[in-house]
Amino acid sequence: MIEARNLRKCFGDVVAVDDVSFRAEDGQITGLLGPNGAGKTTTLRMLYTLLKPDSGDMTVDGIDPRREPLAVKRRLGVVPDSRGLYDRLTARENVRYYGELHGLDGATIDSRTHRLAELLGMQDFIDRRTEGFSQGQRVKVAIARAMIHDPRTVLLDEPSNGLDVMSTRALRHYLLSLREEGRCVVLSTHIMQEVAALCDRIVIIAHGRIAADGSAEQLLARSGERSLEDAFVKLIGSDEGLLA
Amino acid sequence: MMAVFRKELLENLRDRRVVVNTLLLGPLAAPLIFVAIIWFTVQQAIDRAEADLELVVVGAEHAPNLLRWLEQQGVVVKDALDDPEQAIREEQEEVILRIPQDFGAAWSSGRPAVVEVLTDRSRRYAGTSLARVEGLLQGYSRQIGQLRLQLRGVTPDLAQALRVQTVDLSTPESRGGMILAFLPYVVLITVFIGAMHMAIDTTSGERERRSLEPLLINPLPRWQIMGGKLLATTAFALATLGLGLIAFTWALKLLPTAQMDMALNLDWKVALTAFVLVLPVALLASGLLIILAAFAKSFREAQSYLGLVMFIPMIPSFWILINPSRLETWMTWVPLLSQSILILEMVRGETIEAVWMLTSFASTGALALLLAIIAGSLYNRPGLIFGDG
Repeated sequence: MIEARNLRKCFGDVVAVDDVSFRAEDGQITGLLGPNGAGKTTTLRMLYTLLKPDSGDMTVDGIDPRREPLAVKRRLGVVPDSRGLYDRLTARENVRYYGELHGLDGATIDSRTHRLAELLGMQDFIDRRTEGFSQGQRVKVAIARAMIHDPRTVLLDEPSNGLDVMSTRALRHYLLSLREEGRCVVLSTHIMQEVAALCDRIVIIAHGRIAADGSAEQLLARSGERSLEDAFVKLIGSDEGLLA
Repeated sequence: MMAVFRKELLENLRDRRVVVNTLLLGPLAAPLIFVAIIWFTVQQAIDRAEADLELVVVGAEHAPNLLRWLEQQGVVVKDALDDPEQAIREEQEEVILRIPQDFGAAWSSGRPAVVEVLTDRSRRYAGTSLARVEGLLQGYSRQIGQLRLQLRGVTPDLAQALRVQTVDLSTPESRGGMILAFLPYVVLITVFIGAMHMAIDTTSGERERRSLEPLLINPLPRWQIMGGKLLATTAFALATLGLGLIAFTWALKLLPTAQMDMALNLDWKVALTAFVLVLPVALLASGLLIILAAFAKSFREAQSYLGLVMFIPMIPSFWILINPSRLETWMTWVPLLSQSILILEMVRGETIEAVWMLTSFASTGALALLLAIIAGSLYNRPGLIFGDG
């Protein structure tokens, strides 16, 4: 479970995140929806400890990332915006490296890699060097290495960026299976259909602030619009960045 | 930390370009080029010293006795040229002897008879021939002078107030040391070259591939991640250094040292001592290069920064070249300079005091650790992680 309260982060004069508060429950998929540059990535980076907020509080399963960054990192599985793999290593070696960084023993890494390869459909390319992988294959490897330590809370930054239809479908199935296992899943996206199809709870961020927060039905009711897209435009007050 | 170390090594050893450039060409090129050059120079010098001396003489008719004497000494006298100055300038001849018209007059009146030796000293290949011609002429002059004194009933010893005897205490090893003067530079640069690629690949390379951010999300203190990278870089630098020293020690055995009247004191024991001596430099170089590479925005930018750093290992050698002085204790405290000087002393065959080794090792190690600590703190700066400043 994630709780963020009044997070604020500035870069110089630019306020990237301003007074962001939300909750993400276990067994739910929470979507951070917002146009590009709204502050989604910055919010996530504060949660996974690579940025320090200027003010505000946050906890992951009751642990403050600022006080115990390592404990939080052990609980989080993160697929950040940067999904660089090591091209000279095979997919399996990429995943194993992260397992070793988490201090897992070889047998655990092997059995979990096997399971993740099955779940994500990676068997065909798991022992190939990742040089020349498609976007879909890369995202799968990035997810597998983020999940190797079996984290309870999963953060994904724009996971479906650059994926084709089939890969996106596979990704959705996987995220839903994570929810079934009772994990807390948070994903950021600017794609409406994705939130509509996946998320139990939608947090709309615009200009570094929370514009709205609730289930899809609640957001429709609140805006008085019929489609989620219209609701989104109305709630953030403009259609800026929607098509970007 | 060891996981990072192992992965960086594995990844870079898989890159054939890296392996060939860093582990093969880097350490092997310098010794081979060096041995080839020395071999060539020595052969040339031997050839020149042993070959018949061909000498163009202008105005030979003015001094037939001198000519006859020169021929007795084995000089092949060649016919005169119209424009001897031009011949020297156009490098047709190395040395030309010109005997002026009034040679005979001066000779018979007992005045020093002038002979001119034409050459171009800036052409270094002419040096051997010039020295031989001058030596021959001096010998002739002395011989005739002594005869003249004896004819007048004076012992020639009177004309010689001093007899200078220079006793050369240089040993074959120390003469060989002169040839090996460049060795410290090659050793240090090898270390830097060995560290360079790894330093860039593991820092700015990692960021450029966008794998740094996910890496830092792993539950490892950031200094440990950097520590693994630093160790891997150091290991690469040491591998390059070791291979370079082995290549050198082996290649020097190919040189005709007996003909050069010198001994090259670079055996396996000296090589091993040099390796130990330069050990902390590997960490120093790795730390320095990693710090610089971590700040660079891209692989290319890092390469251009690090190209400049390659001047650093040259500084001690240049300093020794410009200011050749005796080893003093303070020098053993200066990183890089101390290694240069101590390696020089070793190849000269001098004994190295253990305390010098210790001070060199300690001071360089301390500086290297300082750089390592700085490097370890770098990933606490968000700007270095996301590459935005």
